[in-house]
Amino acid sequence: MSTVAGTFGKTRTQHHVLSRLADNDRWLWSAMLAPAILYIILLVGFPFLLSLYYSVSNATVAGREVQFVGLENFRRIVESGTFWLSLRNTVVITVVSQFLVVVLANILATALLADFRGKWLVRLLILLPWVAPISLGSIGWLWIFDSIYSVINWTARAAGLLGPNEWPIWLGEPNLARTSIIIVNVWRILPLATVIILAGLSSIPQDIHDAAEVDGAGFWRHHFEITTPLILPITLVALLFGIIFTFTDLIVVFVLTRGGPYDTTQVIASWAYFTGIQGGDLAGGAAISLFLFPVLAGVAILFLWVARRAEVT
Amino acid sequence: MISQFARGRRIASRAGHAAILIFFVTFLAFPFYWMAITTFKTTQDLHNIQNNPYVFHDPPTLRHLSVLFNDTQYLQWLYNTGFVGVIVVVITLLLAVPAGYALARMTGAWAQTLGTAIFLTYLVPPTILFIPFARIVAALGLQDSVWSLVLVYPSFTVPFCTWLLMGFFKAIPRDLEEAAMIDGLSRFGAFLKVVMPISTAGMLTAVIFAFTLVTQEFVYGVTFITASSSYTVSVGVPTFLVRGDVYFWGSMMAACLIASVPIAIIYNFFVDRFVAGFTGGSIR
Repeated sequence: MSTVAGTFGKTRTQHHVLSRLADNDRWLWSAMLAPAILYIILLVGFPFLLSLYYSVSNATVAGREVQFVGLENFRRIVESGTFWLSLRNTVVITVVSQFLVVVLANILATALLADFRGKWLVRLLILLPWVAPISLGSIGWLWIFDSIYSVINWTARAAGLLGPNEWPIWLGEPNLARTSIIIVNVWRILPLATVIILAGLSSIPQDIHDAAEVDGAGFWRHHFEITTPLILPITLVALLFGIIFTFTDLIVVFVLTRGGPYDTTQVIASWAYFTGIQGGDLAGGAAISLFLFPVLAGVAILFLWVARRAEVT
Repeated sequence: MISQFARGRRIASRAGHAAILIFFVTFLAFPFYWMAITTFKTTQDLHNIQNNPYVFHDPPTLRHLSVLFNDTQYLQWLYNTGFVGVIVVVITLLLAVPAGYALARMTGAWAQTLGTAIFLTYLVPPTILFIPFARIVAALGLQDSVWSLVLVYPSFTVPFCTWLLMGFFKAIPRDLEEAAMIDGLSRFGAFLKVVMPISTAGMLTAVIFAFTLVTQEFVYGVTFITASSSYTVSVGVPTFLVRGDVYFWGSMMAACLIASVPIAIIYNFFVDRFVAGFTGGSIR
């Protein structure tokens, strides 16, 4: 009799405690957040610290003993010509492609704002590059830029733009290869930027456009003095994503040129891969990849600033 | 006279609009069109420079598709991608749904800070983390196994989906849970029985985007896996099929096309919600 009452009492208290916990918001929030945060700390925070540690060590793929070597890796990197070339390529590719993306995305988003027949099909087609795995899209471009069968060259020749002895080797000549990488990056990021800017454009209340109309603002004034300032914050968001995805990307270079000819199209990310994984120099690779970090931190700070400013207004 | 001028202007502006759209559609969709044409051309036709590449000189062929499916491990790669994708999606939902809800309903300054911090971790790219991960994966004995990808991929799907779901839960009125709580449910009970059932659309969005992120990932895949039977599609095609001097362009283009287009079509239905989630927290 007493045991029955005891068990009964116990389950009741247990139930009671659980329901009190479930009602206590602070406990509940912690319990719901903890798994996600723990996972992120373990799988982003810890490897990041490990990366910092490797960059000041002599870790290799094969070696088991890891020793502290101070700033030796960084000295080695900064003394290497490939580093400066990679850094320059990374910056040039990012700046040029993102400039083009912002300009083109604004034009395309404005064109998509109007209603027209077949809009859904146009939207599906322009989204393809963003949705398709970028490594596969880049292979499509590898075929388009092929040294012998390039369709660009064939078309240009058929249109009379190329003479009989001109046949640019897109991926074989450093400047053309860099141009090709920029084209593929623009191709890749443009859909995302367009969709983000389009969302910004559609959120401008019609009243504002009507008022501008009444005040007699022409197309260009309307565009640059009213629309552009209003979508500036969201354009900045699109730009920041574009910078991050381009600056840290290694896929386009990996697929198109593998850094060649003679490392002239290497970017920081791809050079880190070839050094750290294929070359087996984990410490060197980790140190190289850390050169991406200052820019990312800068972009993150800008992000926060944009977010705060957008909240105030 | 005036009306004719106005009509002329309207036609010109329509033509300009169409020209802009045609230019962009051509630039953005051309590679996929090119993949499709190449898939069905005979090798002989592809390798004759004299031929106009836009038309078929030999009748279309299915040979490249048969090579892709019979002589390469493409089906295995598709299977690996799906397998990793499904498990990662499940892990992501288990972690991100509660976290997103907590962040949406927590009050106080730190909820905002924490939400932003989680979003910022999404911006830490694989290109900074792949080297330490290579060592961790080796230490766990997971190299050349798809389980290494299952372990690592949530590191970017969880922050992203938490952020996406947080915005989604914020849009659901608090009154709903409060009414349920007055009726005797706990907060957690209200979340399970009231909020979850009406959130299927938001969760479906998170599922699609987590899955897409997995199919796109390249850096970890190429770093951890060297055995071709464990590749995912996005790693297998560029590393295994692009090797040596002979390029099987027809089969390669088929491989790219088949893995790209179905996802694009599904994605198209969710893109508006995706943009709202992507920009939501940082703009609203």
